[in-house]
Amino acid sequence: MDIYNDKLLEKVENILTGGSKKYHDKLKESNKLFVRDRLIMLFDNGTYEEDGRFANCVESDLPADGVVCAVGKIDGQTVCVMANDSTVKAGSWGKRTVEKIIRIQETAEKLQVPLLYLVDSAGARITDQLEMFPGRRGAGRIFHNQVKLSGMIPQICILFGPSAAGGAYIPAFCDIVIMVDKNASMYLGSPRMAEKVIGEKVSLEEMGGAKMHCTISGCGDVLAQTEQQAIAFAKSYLSYFGANFKQLPKGKESRLPIKGRTLEEIIPKNQNVPFDMYELIDQLIDQESFFEMKKLFAPELITGFARISGQTVGIVANQPKVKGGVLFVDSSDKAAKFIQLCDAYSIPLLFLADVPGFMIGTKVERAGIIRHGAKFISAMSSATVPKISVIIRKAYGAGLYAMCGPAFEPDICIALPTAQIAVMGPEAAVNAVYSNKIAEIKDVKERAKFIQEKIEEYKEEIDIYQLASELVVDEIIAPSELRATLSNRLHYYTTKQISLPSRKHPVYPV
Amino acid sequence: MVELRAQMAGTVFEVLVKEGQQVSAGQTVIIIESMKMEIPFEAETDGVVAKVNVSEGDFVNEDDVLITFG
Repeated sequence: MDIYNDKLLEKVENILTGGSKKYHDKLKESNKLFVRDRLIMLFDNGTYEEDGRFANCVESDLPADGVVCAVGKIDGQTVCVMANDSTVKAGSWGKRTVEKIIRIQETAEKLQVPLLYLVDSAGARITDQLEMFPGRRGAGRIFHNQVKLSGMIPQICILFGPSAAGGAYIPAFCDIVIMVDKNASMYLGSPRMAEKVIGEKVSLEEMGGAKMHCTISGCGDVLAQTEQQAIAFAKSYLSYFGANFKQLPKGKESRLPIKGRTLEEIIPKNQNVPFDMYELIDQLIDQESFFEMKKLFAPELITGFARISGQTVGIVANQPKVKGGVLFVDSSDKAAKFIQLCDAYSIPLLFLADVPGFMIGTKVERAGIIRHGAKFISAMSSATVPKISVIIRKAYGAGLYAMCGPAFEPDICIALPTAQIAVMGPEAAVNAVYSNKIAEIKDVKERAKFIQEKIEEYKEEIDIYQLASELVVDEIIAPSELRATLSNRLHYYTTKQISLPSRKHPVYPV
Repeated sequence: MVELRAQMAGTVFEVLVKEGQQVSAGQTVIIIESMKMEIPFEAETDGVVAKVNVSEGDFVNEDDVLITFG
């Protein structure tokens, strides 16, 4: 063997091995995979081309400078990947780590392909801060690039371990964050720092664990039980998207919905009695085609991708079973982000409304329910993809607006015969209009009779055939026909084009 | 001790369990009326009802403890 080759082999072997044995043992203890094993699992045939492999190779203890950047294929689609190696200085960022991440972002932009961030990093290498933190091609540039790429190419984060301090913004700027339960965490200051700086004693799991972020903060979208499952989720997510914003979402072969009760059986006749919206969704979509976003966060609103006769669609549905399907601060944020995501990548939107309105009361007013609701309405209103609104049962007040009511240019507003559209429900309306009169009636029975009469009158006024007669809703159909009409309409609406008003961008409510 | 807290403000419409009663996860234990909707609350785990903290007709705020399980 010639000496040149020997040297190369030795260097490569050192790089491919990653950090020292004790760090590999630590991975095993916490059920984590080595970064290169994750990549093998992620890419088709386990093959990929790596860039900047020799970064910092003159330092023997910093293989690849703690990050693997690669191009490969997932289900036939070329993608770019950045993956931290937590066996090398806990996956921390040095000067070359940052440069490699910036370059793979630039590559993804040039190739116009999705970019995945496999995050498992302790954050900045403090000892290298001058070189990697503040400058033009310092860590800030990574986030700047993420913002620039947002809406151009899908950006997906799988969080396998920590993403600390500044590094926590990588997931924050991605379209989706998949977190591995128990191992993933996201925080600006560690528990140790929290104790020193503000005197708070708290565990990592409680403050920034995967479960917390997927249920409470909303920073996580999907909670995975294992690394394998997290990688499978990422692949499944990508299957709904084109490679970039210019491509239409990928379709698949049509499949029948799973066997179950009919919509007529699922929807209760009494408007005030809850039902499970998941059961209804299942009867509209191709079986096993649902990919839910933020399932555990603000569950009173359901958001997810699905296929109807093979065509990709983004579903926004009220869940009457949780909090009566009432909209809150968090559900508004959840909807706004999901709608923006669908609109950016040409995924048609399907709204399934059964909503009593936005929550009222001191608590939510102080939390800014109005400005949060405005985000939801603004995102929905700005979306130019095909929008189909279906009024399943009630759609009251601004709830009708948020769920793409007639004023917001849905391509079609379909009502089921159980639909009820109004400023507010009959009981609330009668109380509002006749409160003085009701108070005047002393006899309890008389009062009840009066209220009942007025409720009946009100119901007639907001009768769905009355609204269809006035062309408020475009169509009323039997629940049994809903899937078929959605399937046809999604197909017809694929050529929808809307020219945007002349301006730079709206002033987004936040 | 596991506490079931109100997820939203409203009025207690119906309490479906009594103290000392065995409940299983997913069982509806109380119904709150809010925004003119009847909103069922389920037990999160199996257990025994240790204390019912509210009565029918009471106003409850978000995060108030409704039922304590032993």
